Amino acid sequence: MNQILKNDATIRWAVLGFFVLAVAGYFMEAWVQNNIMFGLARGLAVLGLMVLWRTGLISFGHALYFGIGAYVVGLVDRNFGISDIFLRLFLAVGASAFVGFFLGFILRKYRGIFFAMLNLAFSMVLYGILVKVESLGSTDGFSVSQTTILGWTPENKYALFAAIVFVCAVGAILVQCYLKTALGTLTTAIRDNELRVEYLGFSVARAIHLKYIMSAGLAGASGALLAMALGQVDPDSMVNWPVSGELVFITVMAGPGSVIAPFLGGVAFEFLRTYAFELAPEAWQLIVGATLLGIIFFLPMGLWSLLERIWKRRGVSS
Amino acid sequence: MVNILKRAKPRLAALASCLLLAAVTTGSASAKDTIKVGVVTFLSGPAAGPFGVPGKNGAELVIDAINAGTLPAPHNSKGFGGATLEPLFIDESGGGAKQVAEYRNLVEKQKVDAVIGYISSGSCMAIAPIADELQKLTIMSVCGTPRLFEEKDRSHVFRTQGNAVGDSIAAARYMIEMFPELKTYTGINQNYAWGQDSWKFYSLAMQKLDPTSKASSKPQFPKLFSGQYSAEISTMLLDKSAVVHTSFWDGDIEAFMLQGMVRGFFQQKKLVSVTGASAVDSLGKKIPDGVVIGTRGKYGLLVRNDLSDPLNAWFVREYKTKYGVYPLAPSYQYAKAILYYKLGMDKAAQAAGGFPSQDEVMQSLKGISFQSFDGEVSMALAKGRQAIHPVGYGLTKWDAKKGEPGVEKVRFYGAECINPPEGILSEDWLNAGMPGAKCN
Amino acid sequence: MLAQVVTILLDGLNYASFLFIVSVGLTIVFGVLKILNVAHGAFYAWGAYAAAFSITQAGELGYPDWIGFLLIFASSIIVGLVLGTILERLVLSRMYAQDEVLIALATFGVFLCLEDAILLVFGVDPYFAYQPMAVLGNVVIGGVFRDVYSLTLFALALVVAVSCWWVLTKTKWGKLIAVVIYDREISQAMGINVSAVYLIVFIIGAALGALGGAYVAPTTSVAPGFGIDVIVLSFAVVVIGGMGSIPGALIGSILVGVLRAVAVHQFPELELFVVFAVMAGVLIVRPEGLFAPPKARTI
Repeated sequence: MNQILKNDATIRWAVLGFFVLAVAGYFMEAWVQNNIMFGLARGLAVLGLMVLWRTGLISFGHALYFGIGAYVVGLVDRNFGISDIFLRLFLAVGASAFVGFFLGFILRKYRGIFFAMLNLAFSMVLYGILVKVESLGSTDGFSVSQTTILGWTPENKYALFAAIVFVCAVGAILVQCYLKTALGTLTTAIRDNELRVEYLGFSVARAIHLKYIMSAGLAGASGALLAMALGQVDPDSMVNWPVSGELVFITVMAGPGSVIAPFLGGVAFEFLRTYAFELAPEAWQLIVGATLLGIIFFLPMGLWSLLERIWKRRGVSS
Repeated sequence: MVNILKRAKPRLAALASCLLLAAVTTGSASAKDTIKVGVVTFLSGPAAGPFGVPGKNGAELVIDAINAGTLPAPHNSKGFGGATLEPLFIDESGGGAKQVAEYRNLVEKQKVDAVIGYISSGSCMAIAPIADELQKLTIMSVCGTPRLFEEKDRSHVFRTQGNAVGDSIAAARYMIEMFPELKTYTGINQNYAWGQDSWKFYSLAMQKLDPTSKASSKPQFPKLFSGQYSAEISTMLLDKSAVVHTSFWDGDIEAFMLQGMVRGFFQQKKLVSVTGASAVDSLGKKIPDGVVIGTRGKYGLLVRNDLSDPLNAWFVREYKTKYGVYPLAPSYQYAKAILYYKLGMDKAAQAAGGFPSQDEVMQSLKGISFQSFDGEVSMALAKGRQAIHPVGYGLTKWDAKKGEPGVEKVRFYGAECINPPEGILSEDWLNAGMPGAKCN
Repeated sequence: MLAQVVTILLDGLNYASFLFIVSVGLTIVFGVLKILNVAHGAFYAWGAYAAAFSITQAGELGYPDWIGFLLIFASSIIVGLVLGTILERLVLSRMYAQDEVLIALATFGVFLCLEDAILLVFGVDPYFAYQPMAVLGNVVIGGVFRDVYSLTLFALALVVAVSCWWVLTKTKWGKLIAVVIYDREISQAMGINVSAVYLIVFIIGAALGALGGAYVAPTTSVAPGFGIDVIVLSFAVVVIGGMGSIPGALIGSILVGVLRAVAVHQFPELELFVVFAVMAGVLIVRPEGLFAPPKARTI
C-alpha cells in the first residue's frame, strides 16, 4: 500500500490536482463552485461504473445506489436530524454497499445486456416504491437541511466544496490502490477472457462481486454528496432511469483511461448541461444527446484519451 | 421551423421594446435602470401547453405594460420602482432537484434581483428552503400546497396564490349548496403534495360541512403526468360514489376528461374539477354541460365574460389581442405575481427615496392588500407572505351563440370564508369546525 | 364481484394490447439486430405526434372523422420509414461491430435528440385528436361503459401478432431473417444482403413503435415527454417474455397489463412496483425470459 502511494504517478497527480482545486475553489464564483461540486459528486458514481466497465460490464441501473445514498441522507436528516457530513456519508455508503452486497450474489452471474437490464429492473423497483409512498415523499421528495462538518456549521458553501473535493480525492486514491492490487489488475483480464482468469486460480464471480459492491458504495456516496450539495432529493432526478443513463453517459464521455477521468467527465457534463440549458432552454437535451453521439463516434475512449493525446504530443515536441 | 419563428417574434419584439425603453429612460433618476428577474414556468413537458405558456404570456404582457407604464390606474406608474424589468424565462420541468440547480444558477450565475414563478407544488417545496438559504426574494405564483408555509417559517418566500385549503373548502361549500342530495364522493388526484392536500382538505371540509356525507374508501392517486386513466376510470365507475373530486391540472386533466367522456363518465358521476378550466377551453364543445369547474380564483373561464372590473377588462382585452386566445388561470396568476412585485418595489423605492434594497422591498411586500386583475388580494397569512382571495366554481355550459365554452351558476366564496385566520394551522381550524369563518 | 373481475380483466387486456403493439417492435429489432433500442420511445412519441397533428388538421379541414384511422396508419408508416432509415443508416449501421450496451447508449443519445426535435417541430402545446375515439362511441360491458375504440385495440394487437407470426414462419422473408439471425457472416457469404435485411427489419420495428403511439394518441393529450415512461415499460415486457421472442412479448404484455390492472383496482400504491418486480423476478429465475428465442445466448 505504502509502496503504491509513493510510486504511483496517477496518485501523485490526483493529490496535486485535487489540492489545487480545493484552493482554487475558494476564489471561484458561487455558481462555478456549485457546478464543480455537482460534477465531482457525480464523478464518484462514475468512478464505480468505470471500474465495472473495465471488466466489460455496464449497468443501466446504478441510479438505484445513487438514489439509496441520496434518500438515506434525506431520511436520517428528516427523522433523526443527522446533519454531519461524514456520518451521513458513512450511513449512505453503508446502506448502498449493503444492498449491493446482496444483489451482487444475483448480478455477478450476469454479463452484457442482461447485467444492464437486471440493474435497470432493480432501480425501477425502487423508483416504483418511492413515487407511490407518501411517507417517502412520493413524486416530490423532500428537502435536506444544511450539512455540518464535525459539529461546525459552515457559513458558506466553500466548506462543503472542500469536503467534497477531499472525499473525491480519497475515493480516487483508494480505487487506484485497488486497481494496483492483484485482484485489481485482473479487471481487464476478466473482460478479455474469463476462462483464463479462472484457470489462473481466481474466482471471476467473486472478483466481479467485489467490484459491484465497490461501485454500489461509490454510487451511494455520490448520491449522498449530491443530495447535500443540492439540498433536495426527489425520485425523478435521483432514481428514474434517465439518471442511470446520464451516469453511463458520463462514464463513456470521461473514458476508462484513469481514475481522475470520471471527475473531469462529471464536471464537464455539468457545464455542458448548464450552457446547453442557457443557450437553448427548449432544446438542451438535443445538445446533450448530440454530444453523446459525437463522443461515441469520434472519441470512443472519452475525453481522457484526448487529454492523453495532447499530453503526448507536447511531450514529443518539447 | 415556422413554429420557432412564430414564437420568437413576440419575444424579439419584447426584447427590442425593452432595449428601446432602456435607451429612452436612461436619463431617469433611479440608481438602477434595469432589474433582472427570473420567471420560472413550464416551457416543456405536458404542463407547458395548458399552464406554462399561458403563464409566461401573462407575465410577458404585464411586464411589457409596466415597463411602458400602460397598465390601467391605479397601477399606471412606469417601471418597477422606476426600473425596467428584464425577464429571464426558465423551464420548470425536470423535477425538484433540477429546479434547485436551476435556481442556484439564476441567483448565483445570472445574479437576478428576484425570482417569480413556479407552478408545481413539488417545485415550490424544493425551492423554498434554497430561497431562504441564498436569501433571494422569491414570489411563488401558482403552486397550492399549504405545507409551503405551514410546515416551516420562511424568510424570503411569498405566495400570491391562495392555497389548496381555500380551493377545497370552496369546492365543498359549492357542492353542498348546489347539489345537497349528492352525499357520496370519491376522488382522483395526483400523488404528490398538491393532489394529496387537495383530497385531504376536500374530504375534511365535506365531513365538517355535511356530516351525513360519505367518502369512498378507494380514492385514486395515479402518478403525475401518467396520462392513461383507463383502469382508474373503471374503478371509479364501479364505485357507488356520486361525486368525483379531482385536482388534476396540466395535460392530465385533458387526458382524463377525454377518456371519461367516451366512457359515459359524466352521465354517471358529477365531476368537481378544482382547476380544470384549461381543459374546457382546449376540448371545447366536447365537454359536457354541468361539470363543476373551478379556476382557483377570479380567473379565466369564470370571469372572462364579466368585465365589470376595469383591471380584468384590460387584461382579457389586451391578452386576447396579443395572443389570440383568452387568458387562462395561470396567466392571471403570473400577472398578479409580477404586479405584486411592482407594488413592493414602488412602495419601497418611495420610502427609500431611491433604489430600494431587497430587505426594504420585502418589508413593503409583507401584509399588503392590493387590487389585482382578479380583484382584491390580501397577504393575510403566514406573517404577511401568503395571499388570500375569493375562490369560486361554476357549471360548464356551452355557449351556442358565441360558439365557445361558458359557465353558469358561478358562486364565489369570500377569502375569509374559506381560509383560516392567521396563526392557526388549516387542519386544526377545519377540525375545530372553522370558527370565525365570515361567509355571506 | 363478477363485474369487478370482468372489468379488471378488460382493463388489463386493454393495457396489454397497447403494451404488445409497442414492445413487439422492440423485440423484433432486438431479435434480429441485437440492439436494445432506447430510441424506441421516441418513435412512439413521434408516431403519436404525427397522428395527432394530421388528425387535428384533417378535422379543421372538414374531413369526416373516420379518416383518422387512415391517418393513424399512414403516420406510423411514414414515421417508421423516415426516422427508421435515418437512425439505422446514420448511426446504427456504423456500430454493429461494437458492444451491444454501447449501442444502447448511442440510441439513448438519439432518444434525447428526437425528444427535443419534437418540441422544435410540433411546439409545446398539447394535441387532441379525439375524433377516431369519439366516432366509435361506447358499449356497456360488466356494468361499466367502455369505449369501443379501446376495444379495437385488441383486434389490432391480434392482427399485429398474427401477421408477425405469419411473415416469420410462412414466408421466404421470414426464412431469410432466421438465417441472418443464426449467422450473420455466413448469410452474407451466401449472398444475402444483410444490410438491407437489417434496414427493413429496423424500419418495421420503428413503424410498430410509431403505431403504438399513433393508436394511443386519440385517447389522451399528446404532449411533450410522451415517450419517457413507455421505454422502460416496454423493456420490462420484452425482458419478461424473452428478448427477441414475439410470443414472449405477447405473454409479457398480458402479464404486465393484468397485474397492473389488479394493482390499480386493489392496491393502487403498488401500480409501478409490480411491473418492475416481475421484471426483476423473471430475470433472476429465467434470465433468458419466459420464452427464450431458439438460439441460446451466453449470459
